[in-house]
Amino acid sequence: MNALARALNSDIGYSFRKTPVAMVSAVVVTILILSAVLAPLVAPYNPFDPATLNLMNGFSKPMEPNAFTGDVFWLGTDDQGRDVFSTILYGMRVSLFVGFAAVLFALTLGVTLGLLAGYIGGWTETLIMRAADVQLTFPSILVAMLIFGIAKGFTPVDMRDQMAIWVLIIAIGLSDWVQFARVVRGATLVEKNKEYVQAARLIGRRPGAIMIRHILPNVLSPVLVIATISLALAIIAEATLSFLGVGAPPTQPSLGTLIRIGQGFLFSGEWWILLFPAVTLLALALSVNLLGDWLRDALNPKLR
Amino acid sequence: MTDPVLSVRNLSVEIPTRAGILKPVDGVSYDIAKGEILGVVGESGAGKSMAGNAIIGLLTRPAHISGGEVWLNGNRIDTLEPEMLRRMRGKEIGMVFQDPLTSLNPLLPIGDQLTETILEHLPVTKAEAEARALKGLEEVGIPAAAQRMGSYPHEFSGGMRQRVVIALALCAEPSLIIADEPTTALDVSVQAQIVALLKKLCREKGTAVMLVTHDMGVIAEASDRVAVMYAGRLAELGPVRDVLTHPMHPYTHGLMGSTPLASKGLARLNQIPGSMPRLGALPDGCAFNPRCPKADAKCRANPAPVMNERASCWHPMIPGQTS
Amino acid sequence: MSYVSVKSLSRVFDVSKPWLNRMIERLPRAHLKAVSDVSFDIDARKVYALVGESGSGKSTIGKMVVGLLQPSQGTVEIGGVDLKNETDAEKVDKTRSDIQMIFQDPYASLNPRWRVAQIIEEPVTARGGDANGLAERLLEQVGLSALDARKFPHEFSGGQRQRICIARALASNPKMIVCDEPTSALDVSVQAQVLNLMKDLQEDLGLTYLFVSHDLTVVQHMADTVGVLYLGRLVEEAPRDALFGAPKHPYTQMLLDAAPKLDGFGREVPPPQGEIPDPINPPSGCAFHPRCPRAVARCKAELPEMRRIGETRVACHLAE
Repeated sequence: MNALARALNSDIGYSFRKTPVAMVSAVVVTILILSAVLAPLVAPYNPFDPATLNLMNGFSKPMEPNAFTGDVFWLGTDDQGRDVFSTILYGMRVSLFVGFAAVLFALTLGVTLGLLAGYIGGWTETLIMRAADVQLTFPSILVAMLIFGIAKGFTPVDMRDQMAIWVLIIAIGLSDWVQFARVVRGATLVEKNKEYVQAARLIGRRPGAIMIRHILPNVLSPVLVIATISLALAIIAEATLSFLGVGAPPTQPSLGTLIRIGQGFLFSGEWWILLFPAVTLLALALSVNLLGDWLRDALNPKLR
Repeated sequence: MTDPVLSVRNLSVEIPTRAGILKPVDGVSYDIAKGEILGVVGESGAGKSMAGNAIIGLLTRPAHISGGEVWLNGNRIDTLEPEMLRRMRGKEIGMVFQDPLTSLNPLLPIGDQLTETILEHLPVTKAEAEARALKGLEEVGIPAAAQRMGSYPHEFSGGMRQRVVIALALCAEPSLIIADEPTTALDVSVQAQIVALLKKLCREKGTAVMLVTHDMGVIAEASDRVAVMYAGRLAELGPVRDVLTHPMHPYTHGLMGSTPLASKGLARLNQIPGSMPRLGALPDGCAFNPRCPKADAKCRANPAPVMNERASCWHPMIPGQTS
Repeated sequence: MSYVSVKSLSRVFDVSKPWLNRMIERLPRAHLKAVSDVSFDIDARKVYALVGESGSGKSTIGKMVVGLLQPSQGTVEIGGVDLKNETDAEKVDKTRSDIQMIFQDPYASLNPRWRVAQIIEEPVTARGGDANGLAERLLEQVGLSALDARKFPHEFSGGQRQRICIARALASNPKMIVCDEPTSALDVSVQAQVLNLMKDLQEDLGLTYLFVSHDLTVVQHMADTVGVLYLGRLVEEAPRDALFGAPKHPYTQMLLDAAPKLDGFGREVPPPQGEIPDPINPPSGCAFHPRCPRAVARCKAELPEMRRIGETRVACHLAE
């Protein structure tokens, strides 16, 4: 409690308390993440347990008793009688897991390469940054699809569904490292000429120690901002890939998969199967993004 | 004595923060007469630049003038609308900053910048404005001025750029120039050129100058009177020779003693203990009392008195008497 | 016996535009000779000051002396060890820890994410040494409190940070400290405190200083011997009083005249002529000749040799 009070009193905490958008976003994100993580406890049904499914419950409308069984589902059910609310909670788990893992992967890769490029310079820098430039000329969704396609070719058919999530993470992560690398390289170029780095060189510190112990902690604040905004982008990228049918499999549906499934029923009148997962995705991505925007302003001393 | 060009009365600036209200400028008063150079000296955080910005209406929010008056040629200017103030800057007040690049448009030849400024402020034709611009560049000593009219700011060296800025500040024939650390970014040899130039032109044209700097040597050589600032307040104000050779405020005295120039032959410099307090943590009473060798209970209890004779101090040093 | 011996030191920087621009705009490679053929000795326990304006190469020399930059030509010997050609790694390491540096910008020279104790002790801990209580002791030695060891750099003012930098420089028990404009970012009253501290430490610990500065007044206060640089070359070197009392090189004379004087009320002197030339294309012969009031034809054609006149070494054809 003491630590929380101190955090709220710091400059960042002050800016947080003065920005209603940030507070609302934080609340929404927290609720969504918690309910996703605790899905098995929160969700009224387990949509992937065939034993609990009743086909008679199919196409129940939201908040209305089912014509055959009389069961009430808050957000209705899909064609197989699965509770939409529960599938959303489980789907959000997949979306968030893929999002976090992809950003973590992109961050690790990007920060490492950015540090190396910025600190060592010369050919290392040219090589890394030209590779980044080349990658930037492709839309990242295309890069992800390409990686996804290649990886699919290497995985055995019966393993594909299990591997799909990991391939997704790597595909999105690889398409996203460039901005981390660019920002970290830029910040490293500034930091490495500062005198505290020269002092460390003078002491006889090795380049590795200087990069990790001296420079890294000082380039992390922009990385934090990008990571937050990247999380929103990664969740959307995952949804896009899944919507296109190259992402999470129907056995492990993410929000994107749910939207793809729901889209098939839109014109036959079962709007809720599409609408609720789509609104959830929107709320999640938007609030993470707004949080990222606030963080960028709060960490930028010029705007304070 | 004729009316002063600039008259600042009890000027205060406040910055509201969540930790409370800061007062970077607190009850500052001075006049500058026609053709006079007033040096404003102080260490970083003393409020000398902030006072200059307040006078020309260039405070950035949330800083604002919270009290006092600023009069220019008999007109009160601190209450003017921003648009009127903007028009007056350049016409009535010229500005020279530490970094000449901030005052010049990098995308426009310097000749055009001068001509445009003249056209905006003076009732002349385009041809006359161009002739005046050329004359201005010649006055500040730009070699081959006619050819350099078409050059861009980045094509000049630092010293030449500062000359261009001075030409720009003077081109609309203002009655006051505010020069904020105009030589700080320059090398010694170039600094001497700029100071000499500023002095010469202002004497010739009768322009009043407020020269803000931290360099006591520049103050000594260039200014007629000097205002010493400490923690947002005026510590001492008087003719430069008197203030520098016989300081009456203990702070001025300490400042002079800690200048290596003054130490000739001494092994140690006379240092002032401690450092200038942060604005959020000003001591009670006179702001200088924790560092002052003469401070007593009176200084700790009461704010420094309003200027008496020269210094704002309860125990001014009497010339000829050492502390 | 001198502690530092710098012989014919030169440093060239490649300031060419990128390869692609050179190909398209048909530009040659461009080189900047920041330091040319500079030689000087520093006696143990003395203060040697290098003074010059921007582009004079004074900081580059300082960095070459501590080993942050490699010389293009010439050697730096410290305590008889030539760091570039010495093969005994232990000897090199020992010499390196004998020489430390204090930088100009007290805000950039401390890692903002580290605690003061960690910063001060790094020269020892990086070598695997025991630094128990070292930071506290050094903090008190430089006039701060032992309690400050727990704090972060942003809690200190500029002058206090420079004290912390001095404490860090002292941690490895150095024999020599290179001071690169150590007080030019500080206010006058704080500068006085730091200069006094540096002088006290020099006397108490028997340190040797190489003091790099553009500020003649600070140099006059601190130095035993002064070297004046112009455009990468040493133009004059003399004991302090000789240099300030009777400068022999026209450039030194110009610098001294141009410096503002505290008692120079309303001084009207003709200011120096011209500005520092472009170091990429320096003037022929003596680089100072276009600004020199005494220049003759020979100055344009022939680079003056360093000559000894009394205690002074001067590179000018006309000096006497």
